Amino acid sequence: MESCALVPDEALKSTVLAPDHRERGGRMVAFAGYEMPVQYADGILKEHLWTRASAGAFDVSHMGPAFLDVIARTHDGDANHASVASVVDPLVSGDILGLKPGQLRYTTLLDRSGGILDDLMIGRPIKPESQGRLYIVVNAGAKEADFALLTAAAGDRARLTRADDRALIALQGPKAAEVLGAILPEALSLSFMTYRRAEFEGHILRVSRSGYTGEDGFEILVPAMIALRFWRRLMADERVRPIGLGARDSLRLEAGLPLYGHDMDQTVSPIEAGLGFAVSRRRLKAGQMRGAERIASELAKGPSRVRVGLRVLEGPPAREGAGILDTAGASVGVVTSGGFSPTLSGPIAMGFVPPAMAAAGTRLAVEVRGKAQAAEVTALPFVPHRYHRAPAGARV
Amino acid sequence: MRFTKDHEWVDLVGDTATIGITAYAAEQLGDVVFVDLPAAGKTVKAGEALAVVESVKAASDVFAPISGEVCAANAALADNPETVNDTPEAGGWFVKLKVADAAEVEALMDRAAYEQFLGAL
Repeated sequence: MESCALVPDEALKSTVLAPDHRERGGRMVAFAGYEMPVQYADGILKEHLWTRASAGAFDVSHMGPAFLDVIARTHDGDANHASVASVVDPLVSGDILGLKPGQLRYTTLLDRSGGILDDLMIGRPIKPESQGRLYIVVNAGAKEADFALLTAAAGDRARLTRADDRALIALQGPKAAEVLGAILPEALSLSFMTYRRAEFEGHILRVSRSGYTGEDGFEILVPAMIALRFWRRLMADERVRPIGLGARDSLRLEAGLPLYGHDMDQTVSPIEAGLGFAVSRRRLKAGQMRGAERIASELAKGPSRVRVGLRVLEGPPAREGAGILDTAGASVGVVTSGGFSPTLSGPIAMGFVPPAMAAAGTRLAVEVRGKAQAAEVTALPFVPHRYHRAPAGARV
Repeated sequence: MRFTKDHEWVDLVGDTATIGITAYAAEQLGDVVFVDLPAAGKTVKAGEALAVVESVKAASDVFAPISGEVCAANAALADNPETVNDTPEAGGWFVKLKVADAAEVEALMDRAAYEQFLGAL
């Protein structure tokens, strides 16, 4: 039998929470240059189901949080925001200028031909005196390149401050709000895709109502010196269990959320990736977007391939790289993420197929170890999202 | 019962060997969600791919510890793959092989030697 776990290496970086992961039986593996817990003693299946039923805490400190601050601040908050947004907007698919105070937006960083360099979160602070700053969180594997791109774009107009020496902790699940509300009451004022500052033992944290599981939940940026205390405070609540990267992956797959480097990369546009909602129609129409020509054409005529969800109806899970076949056995695409869904008790996958085969209910097959297995296109997400959305009209 | 460095167990009765993965292997793999087993009648040589065990996270190859002909695969694993985690060295068996050469089994580690091997990992 081949061992699939990577052995932690001395060259790997550690998050500030690593000693606690080991104490809790975390199985540490190499991931994006960090040693990270792939699972704890409970195992991936139980951790996954616990997050769907209660609250799971994830160390995601390997990711790339940062702040971008405009250098020449004025007394006009909107003007300050416009200044800092003008640094970022030319690089991304979204409308950063249009962010409202306190709002967080999911967007993609584009190359010059409209391919995705990374997907990221960008937030605008609520407080009037903080305008001219953006809170940015990028993927671990892309953070050096992303930060270099942002720094170059900022020139002498804005300054990028990395915050990846802090801890980034996600608390996800139907009981996340009850749990966090008892520790950071300010968090309860947040609705999905908003963020704010909160105070813990005299230190400032950033709390966003967001996540990567499809559940209600939060992502919390915590200064390194209090990170362990904050994490252990979460752990002291019996509704909370620590969750490793293995269940993080199966949870995001069920939620239909793409993973950079797998379901999208530089060859894939936001339209192909099914991320049209993250493309600003205003900026696209104005031609002010990298790869505007390709993206506009794909929006108008449809792309040549699209990301779909697949239920694998028999046999073993189809994993990344498995071929997608039509019912006649011809190759029509490839699986980009796949595995076993603990919630649905069966294999699920995401992959790319021509738009003509993308309708829910379309019968296809996946090829695993030379055998074709029946599969069916399914609407994403596989498991319904349970975000805490503000009532319409009350959104920030 | 005999054991391999790849964490398989082999239980020889007459000329039929029952083969599975050890408790250590099951614990390392985590929750087993599918076991891809060979059809009866298939002939394998020691070291060749015998089965694939799928956990939530990954697929792992299981290699034939000895040579022989598959005479049965554990059909119960299709509906209850978690048996591999629950009772890896009993109900969680993978296949029964009609062994080509019983000496191949004798050459494997006994339990004491396997436990010593595990202790050194």
